[in-house]
Amino acid sequence: MIEVKNLTHIYSEDLPHQQKALEDVSFTAGDGEFVGIIGHTGSGKSTLLQHLNGLLKPKTGTIIVDGLDITDKKTSMIEVRKKVGLVFQYPEYQLFEETVAKDVAFGPKNLGLSQEEIDERVRQSITAVGLDYDAIKNMSPFELSGGQKRRVAIAGVIAMNPDVLILDEPTAGLNPKAHQDILNLVTGIHGQGNRTVILVSHNMNDIARICDRVLVMDKGRLAMNGTPKEVFAREEELKSMGLALPDAAEITSRLRKAGMNINEICLTIEEAAEEIAKVRK
Amino acid sequence: MEFIKADKLTFEYKKTNDAGQEISTEAIKGVSFSIEKGSFVAIIGQNGSGKSTLAKNMNALLIPTTGKMYVDGIDTSDLTRLWDVRQRVAMVFQNPDNQIVSAIVEDDVAFGPENIGVDPAEIRQRVDAALSGVEMSDYRKKAPHLLSGGQKQKIAIAGAVAMEPECIVFDEPTAMLDPAGRQEVLNVIRKLNARGITAILITHFMEEAAQADQILVMDNGEIKMEGSPKEIFRRADELKAFCLDVPAPVALASALREKGIELPEDILTTEVLVEELIK
Repeated sequence: MIEVKNLTHIYSEDLPHQQKALEDVSFTAGDGEFVGIIGHTGSGKSTLLQHLNGLLKPKTGTIIVDGLDITDKKTSMIEVRKKVGLVFQYPEYQLFEETVAKDVAFGPKNLGLSQEEIDERVRQSITAVGLDYDAIKNMSPFELSGGQKRRVAIAGVIAMNPDVLILDEPTAGLNPKAHQDILNLVTGIHGQGNRTVILVSHNMNDIARICDRVLVMDKGRLAMNGTPKEVFAREEELKSMGLALPDAAEITSRLRKAGMNINEICLTIEEAAEEIAKVRK
Repeated sequence: MEFIKADKLTFEYKKTNDAGQEISTEAIKGVSFSIEKGSFVAIIGQNGSGKSTLAKNMNALLIPTTGKMYVDGIDTSDLTRLWDVRQRVAMVFQNPDNQIVSAIVEDDVAFGPENIGVDPAEIRQRVDAALSGVEMSDYRKKAPHLLSGGQKQKIAIAGAVAMEPECIVFDEPTAMLDPAGRQEVLNVIRKLNARGITAILITHFMEEAAQADQILVMDNGEIKMEGSPKEIFRRADELKAFCLDVPAPVALASALREKGIELPEDILTTEVLVEELIK
């Protein structure tokens, strides 16, 4: 469980170009919840993420993860990293070790675990991202394909066994099939255990389909916080923030405006087909 | 008139393993195709299918291992004509942060023309025209790092335009952008194409490919499908076998046909689908 209360962050405070990047942001994400974050470039998403795993400290406000105040300067960063794992955009650029197994082991090693525990976590997390541990453990991460590299990088974060897993655009730059594979991987990881998963994405179709709840950031503020149906019903507001609707919602909204009697907010192509068929028959 | 022509083009990447043996991987396997001057062509295919390697062969960043690539009739393996090729075909890559070299927007756009010794007065004109072409004139004195991803990508495109190329190859220019940024960049590509620049767009977004005149589908180093968006996106099952997909309106139209609603076969865009459904 993660509780964010009244978070405010200001870049370059007291300098002429000071900028309020976050303003009074509050929300909670429960155990086992799958939360999506959307927002235009510059809306404050990245600043928020960097607070969630302690890379940035807020000017005011607190973040409590399972009772631990990670914004408290006395809290050890190792404790924060154990609680919150962050998979950055294009995480494959951060691979650096000689072998896949060593790369995945890097995080757990820094937690001071026993060698047996480290080996076990490496094996489990490589398997969890859908790779063959025995076939891949001694390979150089640089010999792998783009999709495999990304999986190894995600395994490195999972090996820390965090309570909260945050992924920043994990599908960027992938073809449709690889995109779907990574999404299935993320929903699969979410399905095991009771982790909170936070997904940041520009892909409204993915957010609509897999998240329990959606947070919308705009100009450093939390502009909306609701289920996908609630959020994507607010078309005009989203568009004024430079965001888009999922394809199915966009098409059904245009049909509605053209006079077709579709009341439901459709989030997927299947739902849209269902609703359109009802009124056309 | 054909502007780019590949004739049985093969490209092999060579590397040396720890034992000192040379290993070669064939990334492009004997492809032949041609691209008309002034057209807008999309290249789609899964990661590792050879799209970017093919693109780099189009402006002599890579030279075919066997076979030929001709740009405006020039054989790209003729190294004495290297700059003639590069001047005709510019490239824009995925990550705008890797393509910007200056601390001020207009200096960045001027970088290319300065390097080929264009007269300063003409550089001024070219920079102004290029920035206005991508709708970024108001930002000419700004620092690039303060711009959004979409804005930075438009600066990178302006840098290519300032070289006055006849063709621009865009290698996944929208992969890192938000929906608004993607739309802005795509509008710029279409506008440049309308002005006569041959546009080649590599993308993983099927709805972007749907806007091209012609689509090439690559898989495993070969061109597996070639045709207009209407012809290509009708073949959903084959596309899925290549790890690709169809744009959302095409998928919805096909789901509706399965439910017994009669719709024309060639629906590609939301606009046309909506029009057909409210008839």
